[in-house]
Amino acid sequence: MQRRISFTLNGKPAQVTVDDERMLLWVLRYDLGLTGTKFGCGAALCGACTVIVDNRAVRSCATPVKDVAGKSVLTIEGLDRDGRLHPIQEAFAKHHAFQCGYCTPGMILNAYALLLKRPRPARAEILREMEDNLCRCGAHTRIVDAIEEASAAMHGGAR
Amino acid sequence: MRPDLELSRRDFFALTGSGLFVFFRVEPAEAFQEPAKLPTWQGPPSDFNAYLRIREDGRVTAMAGKVELGQGVTTSLAQMLAEELDVAPDSVDMQLGDTSLCPWDMGTFGSLSTRTLGPVMRAAGAEARAVLVQMAAERLQVPVVRLQVNAGVVSDASAPHKRVSYAELVQGKRIERHLEKAPLKPVAAFRVIGQSPRRKDALDKVTGKAKYAGDMSIPGTLHARILRPPAHGATLKEADTSAAEKVAGVRVVKDADLIAVLHERPDVAELALGLIQARFDRPQPSFDDQTVFDHLLKTAPHYQLVHESGSLADGEKLSASVLDLTYLNSYVAHAPMETHAAVARIEGGKATVWASTQTPFPLQQQVAQALAMPKEDVRLIAPYVGGGFGGKSASRQAIEAARLAKIVGRPVQVAMSRAEEFFYDAFRPAAVVKIRGGLTADGRIGFWDYQVCGAGEREAKLFYDVAHQRTVSAGGWMGGNPPGMHPFAVGPWRAPSVNTNTFARESQMDMLAARAGRDPLEFRLSQLSDTRMRRALEAVAKQFGWQAGRAPSGRGVGVACGIYSGTYVATMAEVGADKSTGHVQVKRVVSAQDQGLTVNPDGSRQQMEGCIMMGLGYALSEEVRFKNGEVLDRNFDTYRTPRFSWLPKIETVLIENQESPPSSGGEPAIITMGAVVANAIYDALGARVLQLPMTPARVLEAMGRG
Repeated sequence: MQRRISFTLNGKPAQVTVDDERMLLWVLRYDLGLTGTKFGCGAALCGACTVIVDNRAVRSCATPVKDVAGKSVLTIEGLDRDGRLHPIQEAFAKHHAFQCGYCTPGMILNAYALLLKRPRPARAEILREMEDNLCRCGAHTRIVDAIEEASAAMHGGAR
Repeated sequence: MRPDLELSRRDFFALTGSGLFVFFRVEPAEAFQEPAKLPTWQGPPSDFNAYLRIREDGRVTAMAGKVELGQGVTTSLAQMLAEELDVAPDSVDMQLGDTSLCPWDMGTFGSLSTRTLGPVMRAAGAEARAVLVQMAAERLQVPVVRLQVNAGVVSDASAPHKRVSYAELVQGKRIERHLEKAPLKPVAAFRVIGQSPRRKDALDKVTGKAKYAGDMSIPGTLHARILRPPAHGATLKEADTSAAEKVAGVRVVKDADLIAVLHERPDVAELALGLIQARFDRPQPSFDDQTVFDHLLKTAPHYQLVHESGSLADGEKLSASVLDLTYLNSYVAHAPMETHAAVARIEGGKATVWASTQTPFPLQQQVAQALAMPKEDVRLIAPYVGGGFGGKSASRQAIEAARLAKIVGRPVQVAMSRAEEFFYDAFRPAAVVKIRGGLTADGRIGFWDYQVCGAGEREAKLFYDVAHQRTVSAGGWMGGNPPGMHPFAVGPWRAPSVNTNTFARESQMDMLAARAGRDPLEFRLSQLSDTRMRRALEAVAKQFGWQAGRAPSGRGVGVACGIYSGTYVATMAEVGADKSTGHVQVKRVVSAQDQGLTVNPDGSRQQMEGCIMMGLGYALSEEVRFKNGEVLDRNFDTYRTPRFSWLPKIETVLIENQESPPSSGGEPAIITMGAVVANAIYDALGARVLQLPMTPARVLEAMGRG
């Protein structure tokens, strides 16, 4: 059904008038121009399209836009604060926790949700929580290191 | 020297080189190209201006026809140029993968960037530096020998206030002076090569600003979804597109073999595509992923001799026993996280195509051909590419986007779905390797008879000291296979041929060692005179803490080694294997690599770690299943790539060898992963798995065989 959907996007009010069954991924990328959120599988199997909705990581390729009405959506474009990298972004950059970088926005946002829920996760918890985010280049070991360092840098106080 | 331009001769000090120069005002960046020097296959241009430009603000733009796939060339090529030019690496901006701005390059594959382009970048930097120092000598009235360069500033070593920067010397213009020969720096003088600065693509990639082909937002773009056949070999008989055409805003294009649905939103185009009623004629191929190996042996071309020395008959006489084993591996997908995508725009008789591709220059030619346009009117741009691994050497989506853009008169994006990505992948070929290996009474290899079918001959030849040996090969990933041998396209997959050949050879070596009752490392070293390979094995054993023992020891440790494009790699692993389920967990992997000169140690380690992690996939789970021409694995639910829960403890050792030329860094470590895991499983269970991937079912089956 074509209708107007209002939500908060990266801290600012946003409105789209769209078929409300369309997936959030496409609306973000092509209606709103936020291309940091990536298409990987189209079936919530790889995590490349991960965004944060009300502090939870969701797969935007499988989330109808009607589901975010009235909610707060955070994409990779909204993670830095006044041009300063978020500690997770800083740690990913420092550890070179990426290669091709295509899965990276989804990795960072999945880690963001993890640290909101569990500010000081054990390594095994990180592996478990990141399990369904795929990286083909094999940057896994550095991604785990980066998340651990970000957790420490945030002093357990996720934001 | 450009005789067609106005020249002025200056004799100034006793300078090396011609002393000829002229400046002309630089127009757009295109002016840095020398089109006459850039036709296909003519090799890299010799004018250093094709590779670098010193801008008025003092920053340097470095240009290369390579593509950033994640392997880190944005950083490492800049380092090599900065080293010789004597500028800060931070001041170098890389321009990659744009046929209008970058010097011709055949493609980003085969670990060639550091090995073959690296020396060219260094030579360009060295020559430009020498010319700039000459110019500074003239400007400062100081002999060249007294001048030093630091971060792009030339100064008098004995009077540092006498100084001039590159930017002041060049003033944004093109440097029109050349030297016959400018020496490269010796290793001892390196300040930038051998360092690990932060990757230049880091900020783009952690902020989401990195643009991939599908991220190009060109106003007015239509997204195309294309009608695809349900199976390889299927041909379209009829298609009813009327329902799709009724969707508001949809445009349907039928052009020969191409039926596409276009809309301003890709998901709406996808919905409309689903409304097309199509009927295909489908052949019924007689083989599937279970029976493909017999099919390969039946349909392969004749075996070609790769290497022969001594006499197999003599070797058999020397041998007390013979081990005759057959090794198999399935088709494997590239499965990059970014599917093939492209955006094409045609305006005023010129085409611009942004594409995820490893081969922008050859693709430029293909697009030009498809559009019936001169190559010069096609600009191919490869922005960041979301993984390639060989799979983006072919880029049909760019040609489709260009054809559609021409027909609809608007920019068109084609981005493959995950199912299309699997369907149109040029897979790593399935292969059969038969090895007969003889063992003498004193436990040495008496002969080696090696026959590879399907994978290709690269690194099939044995590097151990065996007097009587023969290697033959039939078919391969490079093409030239008889029609119908493979059910779909095959092509280069990270370290093509060599994963298969290393798996078979190193598995067989382990079985021979076991039969001889010898430690697998000692068995290898005792018949190995290649000093670089010995050193790699010794380095990995030291880091791993290898304890000699006969396999199967129950510890679950294994070793494997190999050569890829001049790089030597040796790997050891420890696995845990569950006897009741057949599940294998790789606990620790240590890999040592001698790649000659290392430009960026951290970048090299990233590649090795990536090879190890990616290699676990083809070792343990990745295989493309197919039946009746259909690719049955179409997404990551059934095609399982390595995940976080698989992550072993990874340690990498870069063997110090800075005086040797750089070989390859992005692919070698992956070649050992099949064998090292197979050998560790054997050590754990006493079960030899002869087929990749080593799924739980195949591990259980091997245990049953004993």
